[in-house]
Amino acid sequence: MSDKSDTKQAASRAPVSQRAFTVEKPKDTTGIGSQVSITIDDREIKVPVGATILDAAKELGIHIPTLCFHDDLCVAGVCRVCVVEVEGQRTLQAACAYPVTAPINVKTHTRKVRQARRHVVDLLLSKHYGECYACVRNNNCELQSLAKEYGVDHFRFGHPDAPIYDPDESSYSVHRDMNKCVLCRRCVRTCIDLQEVGVLDAAHRGVESRIETFLDKPLADVVCINCGQCVNRCPTGALKANDPTDDVWAAIDDPAKHVVIQTAPSPRAGVGECFGLEPGIPLTLEMNTALRRCGFDRVFDTNFTADLTIIEEGTELIQRLHTALVQKEPVALPQFTSCSPGWVKFIEHFYPEMLPNLSSAKSPQQMFGAIIKTYYAKVNNLDPKDIVSVALMPCSAKKFECNRPEMNDSGYKDVDYGLTTRELARMISEAGIHLPEVPKSPFDDPFGQETGSGVIFGASGGVMEAALRSVIELVCGIKVEDLYDHADIIPVRGFEGVKYAEITVPDVGPVPDILAHLVPNWDWLKGATLKVGVCHGTANAKKVLDDIRAGGKFSECHFIEFMACPGGCLGGGGQPIPTTAEIRAARARAIYSEDDRSEVRKSHENPAVLELYGKFLTDGPCGEMSHKLLHTGYVPRGKYIP
Amino acid sequence: MTTMKTITNTLTFSAVDPDAGLKKALTKSRADVIAEMNASGLKGRGGAGFPTSVKWNLAAAAKSDKKVVVCNADEGEPGTFKDRVILADFPDLVLEGMTIAGYAIGAKTGIIYLRGEYSYLRQPLEAAIEKRRAANLLGNDIAGKSGFSFDIVIRMGAGAYVCGEETALIESLEGHRGESRNRPPFPVDTGFMGNPTIVNNVETLAWAACILAKGGDWFNSMGTEQSAGRKLFSVSGDCARPGVYEFPLGVTIQEVLDDVGADDAKAVQVGGASGHCVPAGDFQRTLAFEDMPTGGSMIVFGQDRDMLEVAINFLDFFLEESCGQCTPCREGNEKLLEGALLLQEGRCSMGYLKNLCALGETMQLASKCGLGQSSPNAFLSIVDHFKDEVLGRTAMAPIEG
Ligand SMILES: Cc1cc2nc3c(=O)[nH]c(=O)nc-3n(C[C@H](O)[C@H](O)[C@H](O)COP(=O)(O)O)c2cc1C
Ligand code: SF4
Ligand code: SF4
Ligand code: SF4
Ligand code: SF4
Ligand code: FES
Repeated sequence: MSDKSDTKQAASRAPVSQRAFTVEKPKDTTGIGSQVSITIDDREIKVPVGATILDAAKELGIHIPTLCFHDDLCVAGVCRVCVVEVEGQRTLQAACAYPVTAPINVKTHTRKVRQARRHVVDLLLSKHYGECYACVRNNNCELQSLAKEYGVDHFRFGHPDAPIYDPDESSYSVHRDMNKCVLCRRCVRTCIDLQEVGVLDAAHRGVESRIETFLDKPLADVVCINCGQCVNRCPTGALKANDPTDDVWAAIDDPAKHVVIQTAPSPRAGVGECFGLEPGIPLTLEMNTALRRCGFDRVFDTNFTADLTIIEEGTELIQRLHTALVQKEPVALPQFTSCSPGWVKFIEHFYPEMLPNLSSAKSPQQMFGAIIKTYYAKVNNLDPKDIVSVALMPCSAKKFECNRPEMNDSGYKDVDYGLTTRELARMISEAGIHLPEVPKSPFDDPFGQETGSGVIFGASGGVMEAALRSVIELVCGIKVEDLYDHADIIPVRGFEGVKYAEITVPDVGPVPDILAHLVPNWDWLKGATLKVGVCHGTANAKKVLDDIRAGGKFSECHFIEFMACPGGCLGGGGQPIPTTAEIRAARARAIYSEDDRSEVRKSHENPAVLELYGKFLTDGPCGEMSHKLLHTGYVPRGKYIP
Repeated sequence: MTTMKTITNTLTFSAVDPDAGLKKALTKSRADVIAEMNASGLKGRGGAGFPTSVKWNLAAAAKSDKKVVVCNADEGEPGTFKDRVILADFPDLVLEGMTIAGYAIGAKTGIIYLRGEYSYLRQPLEAAIEKRRAANLLGNDIAGKSGFSFDIVIRMGAGAYVCGEETALIESLEGHRGESRNRPPFPVDTGFMGNPTIVNNVETLAWAACILAKGGDWFNSMGTEQSAGRKLFSVSGDCARPGVYEFPLGVTIQEVLDDVGADDAKAVQVGGASGHCVPAGDFQRTLAFEDMPTGGSMIVFGQDRDMLEVAINFLDFFLEESCGQCTPCREGNEKLLEGALLLQEGRCSMGYLKNLCALGETMQLASKCGLGQSSPNAFLSIVDHFKDEVLGRTAMAPIEG
C-alpha cells in the first residue's frame, strides 16, 4: 500500500483553504459506474468521478505544468501555472484543483493558456532573487524548469537586483532564503498537514505575503523538529539543508586529521537518483569506493550501531517489562524508539510528559560517534582529538542531533558533521566521480560486518522488525524463521501510517550469556503477548500519542517505533529531491533487497557487536559503560520557546 | 455611533407588511417557496447575479441536517453602502428573509457576517434578533410551524475586502485566514464546516421576504427580461445628492445620474473598484445583468477628475486587499500599479502598456477568485476609454519593459 492515501487523509484536518476537497460521488443513474468522460485536446478518456483534470491529463500522457501541486500534499490551487481552458467556463481553471464530475472538454495550450502560464512565470521571476549557478537547486529546480519550458528569455516584468530578505541560517538543520520563495505553500502544507508540526504559515496579505514562522522568529527558536520534509517538497532553493561540505573537505584536506565516515542505510538506496538513476537502485559498495576516493580515511557502516541500538534498546525494553511484570513496580510503558531525531524533538516539544517512555538509547549515529572516539581510537592508537567523525544520513534532523550539547560523551563532539545524501552526491561529483560507474569495495573493519537488521532501519517498521527478530530468538530460544518465513516479519512492514501487531511468545528458552546479568530466567514471559506499534510521519505519531493519552489500544503496547519522516528514513529530509510515494516505495524495495542478501540478518548475531561487548562494553548491554556512552537524556522543551 | 441619514428615494422595503412573507412561506411546502423564488426571477444582489432560486434549490437538495444560511453583510466594495442602509432601517426584513431561506433549504442555523466597520449595527441587530425570538419568529416551531427551528447569530468581519467573497467568508467564519477556496466544490454542498451553505447578500434576502409577501410575479413584472425586479444603488462621488436609490433594473446610467444631480459627469465607475469605468459616451447603457452587471456601487467622476489617478487609487486598493494566495492577483496588481505610475510620469512605452493590458487579461482569466479576476477591470477600462488622457503625460525618457 502506498502512503499517499494516508497523507491525503492527514491533510483533511488542516486549514481548510489548503484542504483537499471532497466531492461526493453522484448517484449512479447511468449504469456506467462512477466514471466520467473528459476530453483533453480532442482526446477522450474515462476517469473516476472526482479525479482532477491533472489526473486525467497524466493518464493521457498530456503534460500540464505544475508548481504548487505536490503528490503528497492536499491541493492548494494557488500558483495558477496549471491553468487550462474548460469549455463553457468564463475563466481558466486550475487543472490540479478541478475535480471532474460531469463530462467536460478541456484545451491545454490555447493562446489564453499559454499567455497566462508565461505571465505566471514572469510574475514569479519578477520577485525572485537568486542566481541559478550559485544555487543548491541548480538543475533540479521547478521554477528554473518552468522558465525554460515557457521560453523565458528576458524579465518581462523586471527582476530584483538585490536580495530583499536576510536568509535565516539560525537552524542547525534547515536554512531559509525567502528571496527564492515563490509562495507555493508546499512547505506550509508539509509542515501543517503532513507533519502536523505547524512551524510555517502564510503571513500578511497581498504583495506583503510571506511564509513566516511564529512571530517571524528564527527557525532555531521555534518548534521546528528539523525533519526537512519541507525542504524535500520546496520547488526552489528557498529551503535547503545546512550544508557542512566545506568543513568536511577542509578536514579531509588537513593531513593531521583522521576523517572517518559512517553511512546510514537509506542514502545508499537513494544516492543513485542524484546521478540520474531510477529510484530503487542501491549503490552501497560503489559509494564505499567513491568515499575513499574523495579522501575519507575510513568508511564504516552505521548498520553496526543499528545492531547495537537493537541490543541496547531491546535490553532496556526487557528491563522495563521485568520491572512491570515481575517487580510489579511502576515503569513507563510502552517504550518508544529514539533513533529518529526529528521524532525526538517532536515529543520534546509536544508531548514532554511522555518523555519517560522514550528509550534512553542513543540513535545509531550517535552511538557510532561515541564508539569511534573511544574504542576505535584506542584500538587504533589515535588521539580522539585528531579524529573527524562524519555521518552520512538521509536526514536533516541528524545535523541538529549531533550538535546537541549532551552528545559529547566521548569527551569530544561525538559526531562532528552530519551530511545528507544530496550533499554527499555533490561532494562525489565535485571529486569528478560518476558514482554508478565506480567499482565496488567493502566497508572498513572492524565495523564492516553489517546485518540485514541494520539495513532495514531505513524503512518504516524496520527497527521494530529488527528488534523482534532478536527478542524472539533471545527469549524463545528458537529461530525467527520458525515463526516467520525467511525471518520476514511482514505485519510490521509496509507504508500504512500506523501499524499494530501482536506477537505471542510461544515458549521460552534459556537466558543467553549476554543478558545473564539482567534476568535469571524468562519464565515470566512465557505465553505473554507482545503488543507493538509502528508509525511514520509525525502526524501519525500524534495519532498514536493521542490514542495513548486517551487510553486506547496503543496504551497497551509494549514497544512502539516512531519515525518522523513519512516512509521512515528512506523518505528523510536529506534524501534526493523530488520525493513521491512511488519513489519512497522504490527505495524501500532497495533496502529490503539488501536485507535479503545479507548473510547475517539478526542484530544479536553480528560478530562485531558481540566483540565490542566482549572487549569494551564488558559490563554488557545497558551496563555502566554502555550507559555512559550509548544512552542519553532528553529535554522537555514545550511548545513555547521564550 | 450614529451616522448621518443617507439620502434615499422611496424604497419598496418600507411598504411591505412585516412578516407577511414569512407567514405565507410557512403555509407552503419548501419546494413551493423555492418555486415562488423561481417565478420572481431574483438574481443575487451581491454582484455576481446568480439566480437565487437555483442556489436555494441546490442547497435544498443536499442531504444534511446541518445546513447553514449566511447573510453576507460584509459590504466591502468601495462605494457601496446600500446594505448598511438596509441593515439599519429594515433589519427585520433581512432576518425574515434569512428565516425564509432557512425554511426553504432546511437549515437550522443562520449567520450574519457583519462588516467590521459596521460594528455599531451589531447591537440593534442583536436586539432585533432577540425581539424575534421573543415573538417566536426565531427559535423552535417558528410561528407555530411545528418542526421548523431556525436561529441567527452574528459574526464580525475584520476589515478584509476579500472576506466578502463567499468562500473566503466561510474560511473567515471558521477562524482561518480569509482566503478563497478552490471551487468546485461550491458552498451549497461543502460550505461552513463542510456543511451545505448558502451565502446571500443582505439585499437579496430582503427582497426574498418581499417576494414571498407579494408574489414572484409581482417582482418579475419589474425590470427586464433577464434582470427581474428592482435594485438598490449606492451613488457617490461628484453629484449633488449622493445616497441610496432604488430603481428597476434596466435603468440607464443617464437616468440615475439625472436623479442624483450629476450634470457634469465625465465617467461613472459601475460596480465599485472591481467594476468598470464607463465614459460619458456610454451613459445610455443599462444597469442590468445582461449589460452592466453591478452590486450597486456607482461612483461619479466629474470633468476635472484625473482618470489615471482614479485607476491608481483602485489599484492601490487591490494591492492592499488581495489575499496574496495566487500569483496573478498578488503580483499582477503590483505590476499594474507600477505601470500606472510610469504612465503618470510619462515613462511607460506603448509596448509595455500592451504588456500590461495582456497581463490584465491574464489576471481576469487565471486568478483564483473574483477579487483578482476583477481587479484589473478599472485600469483596463480607463486605459481603453481615456487613452489620450492616460498617455498624454509630459513624457520623460520612456523606458522599455
Ligand atoms: C472580492 C469579492 C468581494 C465580495 N464582497 C461581497 C460583499 O461585500 N457583499 C456581498 O453580498 N457579496 C460580495 N461578494 C459576492 C459574494 O461572493 C457572493 O457572490 C454573494 O454574497 C452571493 O450572494 P447573492 O447571490 O445574494 O448576491 C464579493 C465577491 C468578491 C469576489
Ligand atoms: S531557486 Fe531555482 S530559479 Fe532560483 S536561483 Fe535557485 S535554481 Fe535558479
Ligand atoms: S523541518 Fe519539518 S518541522 Fe521544521 S519547518 Fe520543515 S517541515 Fe516543519
Ligand atoms: S519556501 Fe519553498 S515550499 Fe515554501 S512557499 Fe516558498 S517556494 Fe514554496
Ligand atoms: S485572486 Fe487575489 S484575492 Fe483571490 S485568491 Fe487570488 S490572491 Fe487571493
Ligand atoms: S499547480 Fe495547480 S494551481 Fe499550482
